[in-house]
This record gives sequence, C-alpha cells and structure tokens, in this order.
Amino acid sequence: MPGRVVSIEGLRANVDFFGVRRTVRLDVVDEPIAVGDYILNHVGFAIRRIPESEIRETLALYEQLLREAETDIMAADVRSEIEAGD
Amino acid sequence: MRGSADDGLNEVKFRDPARARALAGALTRLTRAIDRRPISVMHVCGSHEQAIAKFGLRASFPRALDVIMGPGCPVCITDVPEVDEAVVLARQGVRVATYGDMLRVPGTVASLADARAEGAKVDVVYSVSQAVELARGLDEELVFFASGFETTAVATAAVILADPPTNFSVLSAHKYIPPVMEIVAEMPSSRVEGFLAAGHAATITGWGVFEPFVARHGVPVVVAGFEPLDILAGLVQLLEIILEGTPRVVNAYPRCVTREGNLAAQQKLWKVFRPVGGRWRGIAHVPNGNLRLKDEWAAYDARKRFAIDLSGLWDYAPSALTSQCICGDIMAGISSPSDCELFGRDCVPESPVGACMVSSEGTCKIWHQYGGHPDLTTVSV
Ligand code: SF4
Ligand code: SF4
Repeated sequence: MPGRVVSIEGLRANVDFFGVRRTVRLDVVDEPIAVGDYILNHVGFAIRRIPESEIRETLALYEQLLREAETDIMAADVRSEIEAGD
Repeated sequence: MRGSADDGLNEVKFRDPARARALAGALTRLTRAIDRRPISVMHVCGSHEQAIAKFGLRASFPRALDVIMGPGCPVCITDVPEVDEAVVLARQGVRVATYGDMLRVPGTVASLADARAEGAKVDVVYSVSQAVELARGLDEELVFFASGFETTAVATAAVILADPPTNFSVLSAHKYIPPVMEIVAEMPSSRVEGFLAAGHAATITGWGVFEPFVARHGVPVVVAGFEPLDILAGLVQLLEIILEGTPRVVNAYPRCVTREGNLAAQQKLWKVFRPVGGRWRGIAHVPNGNLRLKDEWAAYDARKRFAIDLSGLWDYAPSALTSQCICGDIMAGISSPSDCELFGRDCVPESPVGACMVSSEGTCKIWHQYGGHPDLTTVSV
C-alpha cells in the first residue's frame, strides 16, 4: 500500500498509510523525496517514489485492457455465443 | 485524511468491483480462446497469494485457469539449517532478533519460539532498523536473523552501510528470486506456462532482469502489483501473451516498476551481498539463490563472528510428522495444501508442522485462513 509523506527528518520520513502513521527510512529510494510525495514501503524502507501521473497511467491501463477485451475477444466470443444459440 | 475520492491514489480505485468483474470476464474469454486446459500460471509472491485469497479472486478465475503459488514466501523457503543456526545461537545465549513470522518456523528440532520458551533471548522486530536501535541500547551482542528476498535484503544492506553499532551482526538467510524461477521452469514436472512476477521485488531489480529468463525458457513473465485489479490485469495480460504465442516480459505495474529498477537500491544490495548457491526449503539447491555478506563486511557477519556448531542438534530426534510435510511440492506448484495429509489436522497455524503453515504469506496458512480453493462449481462468474 502506498503512503503519503507527512514530514521528513534526515533519512527518516513520517508517512501516512491511509490513516496509520509509520516511520519509513529513505536511504534506498533512488529519488529525492519531498513532503506530499507517495512512496511504496517495504519493511520500513521506502523503495520507490510513486508519481501521481503514473498512478493515473495504471488506471488507464485497466481501462485499456477492459476496452481491448471488449472489442476483440469479448465481442467475438459474445457473437459466437449468440450464433451458437445460448 | 488523504486518499479522498478525487485523490489519484484512492486505493478504492484499485479495488473497484465493477472493473474487477469485467477483468474476470476477460480472463474467462481468454481462457476459452486459448482452448487448451488446464492452463497453469505461477506467481512467486506471498503477497499475491494473500490478495488472491483475501479478495476471493480464485472464485472468479475460470475453472480451466490454474493460478498456483510458487516459492514466493520468504519464510517458507528459509531452509531448515538456517533456522537451526539461529536456534543454536540463541541457545548459546546470544540475543537474536528477527521478523515476527520467523519465530515459529520449525528447524530440525526446534523453532526460535521454542528456544525462547526455554529461556533464550529472542526479540521480534518489524524492521531491521528497529533491530539496530535495539542493539544500540544494549551492552551484549545482538544478531539479526535476516530472512526475505531482495526487497528485504536491500533494507539489511542499507543498515550495514549506515555504520551500525559493533555489537550488531547479521545471520543472513536472504534469498534472490530470479534464479529460483529458472529451477521451477526447468523442473520436468512443471506445467507452468507463464509467471506473474512480484511487483515489490521487481521494483528493486527492474523488469529487464526477466528478459534473459524469457529468452531461455520461452515462458512469458508479467510483473504485477498487489491490489486485486493489479493481479487481475496482470493475469489478463499473461493470458493474452499465451494466446498470441510470443513469450515476452510485460510490466503491468508501471506505477512502481521500471525497466532498470531502483539502481540506488541495487547498488547497496550488491555492495553488501554476494549470491551463493544453497538450498531453498523443500525445493532444491538453487545456484546463486542465497545472499551472503561479502568478506569485507565480515565484522557484521554472525557466521564469521560466532562459532555456530550444529552438531549438538542431532542429540534431539526430529518430529516424525515433519517428514510428511509436502511444502516443497506445494511451492514447486505440483501439489496444493489439501493434498497434504496433515493439513488442518496435525498441522494448523497454532502448531505448524511445516513452514508453509507459519507465515501469513505461506500457502497452507492462507488456505487454512481463507478456505483455499473455493468450490468453483457453485460460483458463477
Ligand atoms: S517480499 Fe515482497 S515480493 Fe517477496 S513475497 Fe513479500 S511482498 Fe512479495
Ligand atoms: S499442511 Fe503443514 S505439513 Fe502439510 S504441507 Fe502445509 S505446512 Fe507442510
């Protein structure tokens, strides 16, 4: 689950995980972290800064998968089912 | 609170039932289109199994699609002698700290919890930095029994590089995932047609690490996150590739995983650790599958600092039940927990016989907790 950085002191960040506060270390993440950033935490260490734009990209990926599934296979399948009479 | 409705990170969006149903529908249609059954795919991440069980995703998988859990739980694959080393150290009077899950993993004759019950000093920590802080406040030695994959090993590497106190050392049972995928792919009994790779581990290593694997074995790999939609989307993409018949690597977790991965973390990892061959519990000897401290960090290597003599262990008789545990077959994707005679009877979370019943990421524990494979004949998609 991603968390949002509330405050930073040196290599330690106070992070809000949907209401739960935890201290997370910043020494293995490969980008500078600022207050307000979202991070992916693993055993008390931030391993990735998650840019908001990429979250939207993930959601867009779901949408695209759904659309593709619908136009290609889904439609073909539905058509064949109609043809088969069920 | 953050995560309100218009927030891009609202977790609910990754758990949207309508989208999940639609993706599950896509899985069914793809399975029909592939028209060869059963189709077996494997994930190698305990967190994937947890999400699949917790959100009841298996009930929405088409019957012809078998999603099996591979060697993805860091606790389950910690080998018996590694647990033995920690137990022997603790019984020698050395203070040992470890992640909570490791406490009850059975060694040859005892777990760390057993050692603690006998009076050994064993502390549970949720992070390696907590162990370092603990050591700082002590006059005695503290050994951190370190388990987990590259993701967790990076944290261990970070504290070693951050100049921990001299009474702190590490007993490394860390493992590296890519080599074990080779082993599973090469098993003659393996029916695995595609892998769902662990998003966290790939956050560190990058998805590029799987390209040579795909080239060698002709089996596709999709990197997936841990939300229900992440997993469903990952499976849809895996089936699409299987249908097309051109194996490749797809990154279905772009919000966290890049091709190169986290270079800063990789650099720390390989500065501290070197890969060595060794056994994974129940599976096999895995070349380059174990991470050990490099010689230059010998001062922090518990194996170098203490004489750990396992010979005393053979004075005790191992439990007769242990030999019936089929964890290895379960993690290789050959069997499921319900195939184990001991499952739910002699082996339950309160008194585990095998490691798979201990960890919250262990297949047997998860099946015990959530009911495992639901009866699909009664579930409509
Ligand atoms: S350590 Fe990370 S990648 Fe490995 S099983 Fe746990 S969550 Fe999955
Ligand atoms: S049920 Fe227990 S004994 Fe059987 S395979 Fe799972 S952990 Fe091992």
